[in-house]
Amino acid sequence: MRRRVLPGLPLSLGITLFYVGLIVVLPLGALVFKAASLGPEDYWRIVSSPRAVASYRVTVLSALAATAFNLVFGMALAWVLVRYRFPGRRLVDAIVDLPFALPTAVAGIALTALFAESGWFGSILAKVGITVAYTPLGIMVAMCFTSLPFIVRTVQPVLEDLDPALEEAAQTLGGSDRAIFMRVILPLLTPALLAGVSLSFARSLGEFGAIIFIAGNQPMKTEITALLAFIRLEEYDYQAAAAIASVLLIMAFVMLAVTNLMQARALRYTERSRA
Amino acid sequence: MSAVPRRKPPRVGDTPAVRRTLIAAVLVVGALLILAPLLVILFQAFSAGVGVFTATITNPDTRHAIWLTVVTALIAVPINTAFGIAAAWAITKFDFRGRRFLIVVIEIPFSISPIVAGVAYLFVYGLQGLFGPALDAAGVKVLFALPGIVLASMFVTAPFVARELIPLMQAQGRDLEEAATSLGASGWRTFFSVTLPNIRWALLYGVVLCNARVMGEFGAVSVVSGNIRGQTNTLPLHIELLYHDYQTAGAFAAASILTVLAIVTIVAKVLLERQGAGRAGRPALAAPAPAAPQGRTL
Repeated sequence: MRRRVLPGLPLSLGITLFYVGLIVVLPLGALVFKAASLGPEDYWRIVSSPRAVASYRVTVLSALAATAFNLVFGMALAWVLVRYRFPGRRLVDAIVDLPFALPTAVAGIALTALFAESGWFGSILAKVGITVAYTPLGIMVAMCFTSLPFIVRTVQPVLEDLDPALEEAAQTLGGSDRAIFMRVILPLLTPALLAGVSLSFARSLGEFGAIIFIAGNQPMKTEITALLAFIRLEEYDYQAAAAIASVLLIMAFVMLAVTNLMQARALRYTERSRA
Repeated sequence: MSAVPRRKPPRVGDTPAVRRTLIAAVLVVGALLILAPLLVILFQAFSAGVGVFTATITNPDTRHAIWLTVVTALIAVPINTAFGIAAAWAITKFDFRGRRFLIVVIEIPFSISPIVAGVAYLFVYGLQGLFGPALDAAGVKVLFALPGIVLASMFVTAPFVARELIPLMQAQGRDLEEAATSLGASGWRTFFSVTLPNIRWALLYGVVLCNARVMGEFGAVSVVSGNIRGQTNTLPLHIELLYHDYQTAGAFAAASILTVLAIVTIVAKVLLERQGAGRAGRPALAAPAPAAPQGRTL
């Protein structure tokens, strides 16, 4: 088929490449350049220092815990929103996006106020001996909040499009609800769940604003990697800041690759179940 | 979905016990995790009385922070919108190699910690960066001034508009535009009379989300702004400053402004979704869009 060529390729592609180059590629290139100019030995010394390693540990472990919580809660929320009709459902559906719409600094001070020892939740939790604010638990709570919508929003459309015939077939074969959920529904949701999990985890790794208010920010204990990079900057230790930021950048690129892979799979799966 | 009408057998999880338990559990956890933070902001904002609230809102530093936030959005959002339209036009109306790669690059900012973005900008425009010394010699101040704040905001929100437009324009194909140009319409006329009416809701949706993120951005702006009170403090930074000054009620008063912005954003989002904008499949503010199926013909 002969294609008529529309006008505007040089202009639109020119603008796109210029903007992406100036706004996205140039700064990241400069960061990589700065980190690379350190030389392997210095670079390794900085990124493997005990304080940095402790920050990776607390960041990654908290992100894992937060993602695990969101996996369960996000799936339950998506299920309830899609499968059941109840008063206020649309309001709940809309409010799920609040963590994305609320600026992270606002979320940070709000969560701190809730979980501080004198706060609504903190005072109750203190009675059973749990401290959330200024402990790793606080980091997890902040990560849970900011990445909550990801899993809901990736699972929801797949659940909506799920063909009822599959469930009916399983029911006529005598499957119990539990068996059908585990063996029919869950496998169909898995790609979307994985895509949501990778997005949620990636976001938690990079989160800053919501966390620093509630974390307490004690070196070796409750200091996240993003904050350590920030602190090195404030100390005018630019090389260390570059090195630590580059570690976050590498994590982000790994997660980007994983996410794209998961999403390509999720998309294939959805297309197939629709066909 | 099958078009055959069917009787409704009870579906999995439809027994009253499961149903009630799940709904109750989700509502309780949701209220604790999402609603409570919202309420605590309003509660704290007025905890020291309406007087403190109005005093904070009308304080010159707060007013300056609001002004700076609005100016940043007024610069960053239109530029990002123009970029989003250009990128979507290039990617969806033409075939060239590397289109998919270009989409991935455009979406990089979604995956990157705002702190990394801020640090990266420092190494371009800072004194220890690529252009810093030259800019300094020329007397141009980028960092710790408005341009730096705008640039960092543009980085974090670069994909917002493009991400809404690309899947939609991909699905709409090129036939209408081709018909218009073959009838003699210019490229601009084709865009304004043919393409724009078809994408207006998605465009607005992207703009609304982009604006919310620009006005609320904290990490990246915090690195490049220098936090100079009454000069380079945007509203989120001002909240931090008040909070660390132990002016808790003031911090929450300032935060309540941004909370109202968040609520307005969500309402606008729901209204635009009723117009068909924003595919339900894409997480709202921060996820890379699934690469749209790259069909050759539609």
